[in-house]
Amino acid sequence: MTEPFLIGDTMTGGYGKGPDILHGCTIAVEKGEIAVIVGPNGAGKSTAMKAVFGMLNVNSGAVRLDGEDITHLTPQERVVKGMGFVPQTSNIFTSMTVEENLEMGAFIRRDDFSDTMAQVYDLFPILKEKRHQAAGELSGGQRQQVAVGRALMTKPKVLMLDEPTAGVSPIVMDELFDRIIEVARTGIPILMVEQNARQALEIADKAYVLVQGRNAHTGTGKQLLADPEVRRSFLGG
Amino acid sequence: MDVINALVVLANFVIVPGLAYGAQLALGALGVTLIYGILRFSNFAHGDTMAFGTAITIIGTNALIAAGITFGPLPTALIALPLGIAATCLLVLGTDWAVYKFYRTKKAAPVILVIVSMGVMFIMNGIVRFIIGVGDINFADGERFVVTARGFRDATGLAEGLAIRTTQVITVIVALIAMALLFWFLNKTRTGKSMRAFSDNEDLALLSGINPDWVVKVTWMIVAALATTAGVLYGLDKSFKAFTYFQLLLPIFAAAIVGGLGSPLGAIAGGFVIAFSEVTVTYAWKRVLGYVLPENLAPEALVQLMSTDYKFAVSFAILIIVLLFKPTGLFKGKSV
Amino acid sequence: MNPAIRTPLLFGFVAVLMIGTGIVQGWNSALLILNMGLISAIMALGVNLQWGFAGLFNIGVMGFVALGGLAAVLISTPPTPGAWAAGGWNIVIGLLLGGATVIAAILAQSRMAPGRIRTLTTLAILIAGFFIYRAVFDPGVAAVEAINPSVSGNIGGLNLPVLLSWPVGGLLAAGAAWIIGKTALGLRSDYLAIATLGIAEIIIAVLKNEDWLSRGVKNVIGIDRPVPFEIELQQDPTFIARAVGLGLDPVTASGIYTKLAYSALFAVVLLILLWMAQMALKSPWGRMMRAIRDNETAARAMGKDVTARHLQIFILGSAICGVAGAMMTTLDGQLTPGSYQPLRFTFLVWVMVIVGGSGNNFGAVLGGILIWWLWVQVEPMGLALMQILSSGLADGSALQTRMIDAAAHMRLLTMGLLMLIVLRFSPRGLIPER
Repeated sequence: MTEPFLIGDTMTGGYGKGPDILHGCTIAVEKGEIAVIVGPNGAGKSTAMKAVFGMLNVNSGAVRLDGEDITHLTPQERVVKGMGFVPQTSNIFTSMTVEENLEMGAFIRRDDFSDTMAQVYDLFPILKEKRHQAAGELSGGQRQQVAVGRALMTKPKVLMLDEPTAGVSPIVMDELFDRIIEVARTGIPILMVEQNARQALEIADKAYVLVQGRNAHTGTGKQLLADPEVRRSFLGG
Repeated sequence: MDVINALVVLANFVIVPGLAYGAQLALGALGVTLIYGILRFSNFAHGDTMAFGTAITIIGTNALIAAGITFGPLPTALIALPLGIAATCLLVLGTDWAVYKFYRTKKAAPVILVIVSMGVMFIMNGIVRFIIGVGDINFADGERFVVTARGFRDATGLAEGLAIRTTQVITVIVALIAMALLFWFLNKTRTGKSMRAFSDNEDLALLSGINPDWVVKVTWMIVAALATTAGVLYGLDKSFKAFTYFQLLLPIFAAAIVGGLGSPLGAIAGGFVIAFSEVTVTYAWKRVLGYVLPENLAPEALVQLMSTDYKFAVSFAILIIVLLFKPTGLFKGKSV
Repeated sequence: MNPAIRTPLLFGFVAVLMIGTGIVQGWNSALLILNMGLISAIMALGVNLQWGFAGLFNIGVMGFVALGGLAAVLISTPPTPGAWAAGGWNIVIGLLLGGATVIAAILAQSRMAPGRIRTLTTLAILIAGFFIYRAVFDPGVAAVEAINPSVSGNIGGLNLPVLLSWPVGGLLAAGAAWIIGKTALGLRSDYLAIATLGIAEIIIAVLKNEDWLSRGVKNVIGIDRPVPFEIELQQDPTFIARAVGLGLDPVTASGIYTKLAYSALFAVVLLILLWMAQMALKSPWGRMMRAIRDNETAARAMGKDVTARHLQIFILGSAICGVAGAMMTTLDGQLTPGSYQPLRFTFLVWVMVIVGGSGNNFGAVLGGILIWWLWVQVEPMGLALMQILSSGLADGSALQTRMIDAAAHMRLLTMGLLMLIVLRFSPRGLIPER
């Protein structure tokens, strides 16, 4: 079996010197796929993603990107390696314009990034329209688009989204999911934590259900949607 | 005619001095606000940083004059200014390395950094006294006036004269250049934008690969340049005295907070708000009113709302009013 | 080290310093240092109450100290003859009108519906009130200041025993603290700092400029003292006999006697305040204060009225500084508004608290006495150091003069350095909080 493009392999760890939150948890995403992490509140979904991104101590297990062990790299170094991360909150520079947000996203790039910016504007046409407006003045859904666009500016090899639809209305949520699928179609693998399990599973190629920091169920989105136990415990029947 | 005379008096005693003082305060407040935005603490050593830069500039000025070099009609201090800025850069970078860096890596609470800056203030104050003493020093040379009161009267035939000192014009021009440079830097350059990003959202800035050490270094260098410029302009306009610079801390902080801590535009607006309030409240309006009002209503008294000794009270009162009604300042600073 | 050993050891060290100073520099100087040290310890107690217990950042200590000094003048000096008749009442009524204006404006703000009418009414009240206040106040001031300006020109005081001014000084400071606390507490900690810094500068400006109140920069001298004058003792035959009996020259003995009397008075006040602060620290109230300091959000969530508690402790701490200020003016026998410097009266007290150990009352007291000793001694020490360093240079050379002149500025440098070193390497101070 070939190794997935990005894998957090049997990770155990927690914040600082605190107790372990993850217990042998494995998360992986293949090229060209959307992988989602779902689970009840406090299951360690965001924690698992942060572990993959290097924001907490992984005491055992490893994180590998494209076969390379990156377990001991800082988040910044992982960005350089090609990981894009969109945090759940404060994920934009509110006082800066949309375009400046994108420029800051491309900060580590020394080459000409106008192509990438054009691609981002193609993906999110509303951002092009508002590119000289302060990002903090935009609506919730638009701000999330800025956040995703900012992360895309490094031309990441994999994009990680932490609850991109938290706190937006259902209509905006649908639009965001559409955009995310579009991003995935450009060939970027996406790893995403989602609160709205049903919709997330519908678009997922691969899905992980976490319970108390452990892998409870793993499968394709369709499999998990069909799994009676998953349905009973998380999807409300 | 009376109205024009009144305007001339107003310009002479309120508008021109207010503009110059406002520009000085704005430059000082910009330094405070940048430190607050990037390093996230109120730097109580800022007044003494200004004093240090000015002291070095004065020493440089004296050396230049001794060597026979002057700046013609302009104050020689302007030639020595880069020296003062360079020395202040070294001082603040050294301070950051020796003092602040430790607390930054430890992620100490902002209030600890404020207390630490108090210790730095003591030391800088001591250094300034060491190198230049505690006396009053006047180091403005060159032409004293751009427009003299007599010249103005002769040229216009008005009863009132308008005197504009060279230092006032220089203050405004230099301050405008400094502000333009700063805004160009913050809005157009990569480093400047990364500073704004860092100030806006530190975690995301780190995530975007912005190097915090570099941002902090550049910030200190800009602050050193702003503080020295502000100090030298203030010293040229009035005079240099170590203690006065410490006292400037209050109006400068008032300006920064009134404008909104962390907002450069706010710092500039705040500087002028504070300066004009101080000048108008402590100015004796008798002569202006004497021209504007009909003869029988002309005031006998000075019509001075407050004696000049209470100018601190003015900055303070404005500060309190803004804090009570708009705690984030006029230009929405970061703080609540 | 065990605090039970460490604390007495450190206090013993300070005692040795004092005794050493007495032996080397004379007992009069040692007692002089001790007396100011005791007063500084009281100021440090006050600041420690605010910072150590509650985490409130007050850098307006100077203002509260100066208010205490004003209390000494207002309580103990005799009233200036004719001042009240000439304009004293005008001044009082003027001030009352000024206060009424502010209260009316605040009432208008809080009672009226928001909108342009409210703003205009408030403004109208403030403007009209200001002119009425000036119209009543100014003639009074002019009249009072006209009375024999070379020796008085102020309204004088109540001619009461000066000891009474100590609690009154505390009350004055408490009043000022209430006003500041009401406006600035509950905002960010830096804002309280700026507000207190500002109010301190304003208080000093008032003392310097309101000649009718404090004679301004002309100073009030000859304030009554609670202990006998040296000159009286020197003329008292029984005192001379006793001094000679102890083998002392009467002039020195009288100095030591009065200073010891002050020391005893100050020590009593310090001990009372220290005892009260200790009781407060151990009480449920003190525990709550520290809980609030350590986690304000949690304390708020538990239903504690954080702002009210902060106001309480802010007033208490400031009142203690006011008491110390009154004591200091009593010790000096004069009020010299020009001599109040923030570096000396605000920031030095902070050094005392930080070095001594914030959150620990004994630490504050130790820091107060120790740092004051150092403050006094750094200058001669610096001078000696400079003389040794420059001894190789030609006598009277420019560099030598410069170095010796510079010794005068060693104090600030040393204090700043000491503060930074303690903050860095022993942030909890000499006697840490338990």
